[in-house]
Amino acid sequence: MSSDVRFTDFKSDKQPTWCPGCGDFGTMNGMMKALAETGNHPDDTFIVAGIGCSGKIGTYMHSYAIHGVHGRALPVGTGVKLANPDLEVMVAGGDGDGYSIGAGHFIHAVRRNVDMSYIVMDNRIYGLTKGQASPTSREDFETSTTPEGPQQPPVNPLALALAAGGTFIAQSFSTDAQRHAALVQQAIEHDGFGFVNVFSPCVTFNDVDTYDYFRDNLVDLAETDHDPQDRDQAKEKILDASKEYMGILYQDENSVPYGEKHGLSANMSEIPSGAPDGAMDLVREFY
Amino acid sequence: MPADFNWAIGGEAGDGIDSTGKIFAQALSRAGRHVFTSKDFASRIRGGYTAYKVRTGVDPVQSVVDRLDVLIALTPRTIDENLDELHEGSVIVYDGERTTMQDVEIPEGMIGLDVPLKGLAEEAGGAIMRNVVALGAACAVADFPIENLDSALQKRFGGKGQAIVDNNKEAARKGKEYVEDEYDHDFDYDLETTDNDYVLLNGDEAIGMGAIAAGCRFYSGYPITPATDVMEYLTGRIEQYGGHVVQAEDELSAINMALGAARAGARSMTATSGPGIDLMAETFGLVATSETPLVICDVMRSGPSTGMPTKQEQGDLNMALYGGHGEIPRFVLAPTSVSECFWKTVEAFNLAEQYNTPVYLLSDLALAVTEQTFPPEAFDMDAVEIDRGKLVDEDTIGEWQNEKGQFRAHALTDDGISPRAAPGTTGGAHMSTGLEHDELGRRTEDTGMRVEQVDKRNRKVETARETEDWSPREFGDPDSSNLVISWGSNEGAMEEAIALLDDEGIDVRFLSVPYLFPRPDLSEDVAAAENVLVIECNANGQFADLIEHDTLTRVDRLNKYDGVRFKADELAEEIKTALSTEVKA
Repeated sequence: MSSDVRFTDFKSDKQPTWCPGCGDFGTMNGMMKALAETGNHPDDTFIVAGIGCSGKIGTYMHSYAIHGVHGRALPVGTGVKLANPDLEVMVAGGDGDGYSIGAGHFIHAVRRNVDMSYIVMDNRIYGLTKGQASPTSREDFETSTTPEGPQQPPVNPLALALAAGGTFIAQSFSTDAQRHAALVQQAIEHDGFGFVNVFSPCVTFNDVDTYDYFRDNLVDLAETDHDPQDRDQAKEKILDASKEYMGILYQDENSVPYGEKHGLSANMSEIPSGAPDGAMDLVREFY
Repeated sequence: MPADFNWAIGGEAGDGIDSTGKIFAQALSRAGRHVFTSKDFASRIRGGYTAYKVRTGVDPVQSVVDRLDVLIALTPRTIDENLDELHEGSVIVYDGERTTMQDVEIPEGMIGLDVPLKGLAEEAGGAIMRNVVALGAACAVADFPIENLDSALQKRFGGKGQAIVDNNKEAARKGKEYVEDEYDHDFDYDLETTDNDYVLLNGDEAIGMGAIAAGCRFYSGYPITPATDVMEYLTGRIEQYGGHVVQAEDELSAINMALGAARAGARSMTATSGPGIDLMAETFGLVATSETPLVICDVMRSGPSTGMPTKQEQGDLNMALYGGHGEIPRFVLAPTSVSECFWKTVEAFNLAEQYNTPVYLLSDLALAVTEQTFPPEAFDMDAVEIDRGKLVDEDTIGEWQNEKGQFRAHALTDDGISPRAAPGTTGGAHMSTGLEHDELGRRTEDTGMRVEQVDKRNRKVETARETEDWSPREFGDPDSSNLVISWGSNEGAMEEAIALLDDEGIDVRFLSVPYLFPRPDLSEDVAAAENVLVIECNANGQFADLIEHDTLTRVDRLNKYDGVRFKADELAEEIKTALSTEVKA
């Protein structure tokens, strides 16, 4: 991998169609910076995108990439990484994609702990379908499909990740460029499943969870005495519904990723031109 | 004396029916006899009627028949369930000391052998070996040298230590000697042995073996009857060849993981049964539109919905051909026998990569639970060829880049086939998506590009039609005016039915079709025949509809959808009736 990769090398020549001011611009820039900073090259990077505004990211970035079906980005990323561990795999999606239709996969991806990063652009609303409640929307958030609010508590993705045995759980804010890029970089560098929930405000449909709201309410864990390796501290903060945190909530520094546990190091794309050597043993087994 | 010998063991699930049947089948196979096994089981772990049937001959056997020569009955129900297949002189081995078997009545004309299975097993070292005692008794009845059982017992119990193996051998001998001592009777069977070496395996195992042979390195699946054996086979074996199996959280995940691995350049597969295919349908569209090579195996069972999970049906043909929203180019292959499960799997991987297209492999329960003997050369690994299609590398990628150096992963080509670059290939970075896209793989709503991409994806099917051999497999009398057509697993039973019909002076030409899409044009064959009968294990005649569609000719149908596969003798009878009705009309 070349060391002179700049973050703009991860940018495609397609202009984003996100609304002006969308949080996803900052989220994406941080992802590109983090990929470049960690020494990756677009030809050795694989981005898997979900469906929704966030899902467009694969088009605006330059790398090997696939834009999947709704909610299934994580299994795709898992397959890519296991088939070729040399690749840097990053999965990107939104709160609807990851915590609603894809919630099942989220929990299992967390517990599987494949060495990849998962960046969720959480704007607490469905943007591309023009403003319906998402699983992280507030209980009283009025939308076209929930005129009196969802009347059910929001999903706490950090709590799900912790309960499922997450080994890297972080929360970020897309407009805080340096801090955000640094958190994504730490997720990439983590040995295992690096999960970052990114507050990525929707300026068109969400007038509650705004840039100002997050600026005023986010507590940066770096400015506290939080110890990310202390699971009890992480639990306490994650379950504290009265605060929004930014930073690494929890990291297991002894994390052993799935591929390592299963001894997967080979690039599976390379196969011989006929049956593998010794394949007749497979037949003889049936004597 | 019949040329083939039919044996069964039946009882409750949990009685060790499966492993006992398998031991006997292996003993026969190792003795150079051909074997065809079938299972009758219920969807439960314990209890419920279960049977394992073994048909064996010196000549190849490839179906089940309505006849049982020796039945090991562990429960009274075993006799009731098989009454139709027992005949005068059939031997029923049972343990009269077993509480439930004390009042068993042996049907008139049949021979009941009351053997204290449990008692003799205890003498040999443990009641658990009572089924092995029964196997020994069966050896005596069938005049089958018991030494042949020893190596099968060694294979089955070798891992548990020599003492266990020896106890089992002893148990078998006690069963044999008991019958010889207590019943002074010539049972009129003589299971001769040969020097031939056969292998014995089922369709799921053949699919798994084919996958490894074809270079499959990644498999993700979710357990479902009757496809699970594919995953169980690959687990523990594919690793030896550099691959990996993931048991996913559901079928949605399974196909998406397989898609991811395929995008990473690996030969990749998932297998499931009908309900799982339904769940995979959305991603199937993505696989096709993103032009990802992927093998998706559907081991069909009786549907719809949960249907009859442990019973046979060929009901998913329409789903395989048409499933998914929008119009999706695909290939649909259906192996016609256990050995074809191997070869069609190899072919499926090649087609998938040659055409960057998903390939459905339609197997079914009858193939999955059938173990059949073959000479090992039937799986000649030297004959396996791998064609990775238009997989570019760093030297050739330049041909597929535009003036800006961008890789045209969805290039519009005359043959409809775009190039493929495995991630990591320098200069190949590109986006792919289920959205309609341009040559670079980027979303477009341009009307012209939409039409060009759709035409391109369809064009590869046309290329395949012209390039590959989609011929049916042909059997019987090529000049007969009676044409029988079927697809998938009916081939073996039909082949034997042809012989039975021939004995009665009825000639039949039989076309067994392993390719459902693209498929052979049978217009001339249908036109040349006076009677055309399409046989399949479903109620509506999905394949018959296709034949009518293709040939613009009405055909007769023979459908079976009671959950049981066609049996050779039953099939012969049905065909005879159908033909005579036809002739009368």
